[in-house]
Amino acid sequence: MASAAKKLLMDPFSDNNPITIQVLGICSALAVTVKVDTAIVMTLALTAVVSLSNVVISMMRNIIPPGIRMIVEMAVIASLVIIADQLLRAFLFDISKQLSVFVGLIITNCIVMGRAEAFALQNPPKESLLDGIGNGLGYGIVLIVVAAIRELLGFGTLLNFQIMPENFTGNGLVLLAPGAFIILGLLIWAQRTVSKYVEE
Amino acid sequence: MREDTRTFIFAGVTCLVVSLLLSVTASVLKPAQQANEAYDVKRNIVKAFGVDISSMDRPGIEATFEKHVTEQKAGELPIFTWTDEGADKASKYAFPISGKGLWSMMYGYLSLEADLETIAGISFYKHGETPGLGAEIEKPWFLTQFTGKTLYKAGAAVDFLVVKPGVPLTDTSVDGISGATLTAKGVQALIQKDAAAYAEYFKSIKGN
Repeated sequence: MASAAKKLLMDPFSDNNPITIQVLGICSALAVTVKVDTAIVMTLALTAVVSLSNVVISMMRNIIPPGIRMIVEMAVIASLVIIADQLLRAFLFDISKQLSVFVGLIITNCIVMGRAEAFALQNPPKESLLDGIGNGLGYGIVLIVVAAIRELLGFGTLLNFQIMPENFTGNGLVLLAPGAFIILGLLIWAQRTVSKYVEE
Repeated sequence: MREDTRTFIFAGVTCLVVSLLLSVTASVLKPAQQANEAYDVKRNIVKAFGVDISSMDRPGIEATFEKHVTEQKAGELPIFTWTDEGADKASKYAFPISGKGLWSMMYGYLSLEADLETIAGISFYKHGETPGLGAEIEKPWFLTQFTGKTLYKAGAAVDFLVVKPGVPLTDTSVDGISGATLTAKGVQALIQKDAAAYAEYFKSIKGN
């Protein structure tokens, strides 16, 4: 059990990473990775949503009528995202301002729906929770790596601390979506070389 | 048939539970959210008056607002005045500015010195511009450029410009942002529009 749980939790970090192996959640990986701090908050928000939605859907898995399965999943996910957004607005106002629309966009993040469909519907709540946490953080680690590269090359800072020399001129390309695409592509290449993953 | 009935009941119950949950969350958190938004407006008015708020905490900013700022009406339009401690006349005037950016509306405040011609400060508190590009409009390097520039001459609003970096600056223009030309154009348009809207008012109170 211990090793099964560890596998659930750790696999999404490398060999089954939602971004670099499954290529899901790319839209937000491009949008919120300009700075490391927003990437971290996004990671936490997504991890909370995907873990909770996995648990809720796993608990309902035997009573959901098959015909409206996806709509019910969507309702659960959308409600959790709205609650997360409302909580951020009430208690972490400045961060919620920075994330603006991106919290709401967790609803459309394929990872959340994907884990509900692929895992929570077949597995009990405890395993689903671990799967949710693992995937949320596995997504987050890629987000933070991309954000660190972009913030460092684009602004010369990390977590808003100056790293590069004062006269450093930021590279505008890495701040734009195409720059994020290039970095993400390189990461996917590196990851797949390491885990010897081949697309079937 | 029985399966259909079950599906409908399940859908109905799901809707009920979800909507109850969301409306309870929304109404419980509403006071805190509204307090945050009201504070954000106050903070930005204080900031637009040229006060350095980076080292001030929330109670400090609220207290500064209560002490120095009064809201008045310029005809139909709102206007905020700043009164220095002990003074009986307003020394700065601020008005709300808003207009289209690249992605959504941008909202902020702009304040004038007592001469009613020179910009004392500007701030943006709500926008949906691209982080790292258009969103630079809320950064100090962009905002401090406006201080000391001229917005009105001889009772009329000047053609205030936000120009591409590299274009020589005058006392009625500021640098735009590389990679965010449309945001800069939006800022230029909203300043011109709202400056024009308040021109009559400032003309009328000048010399009083």
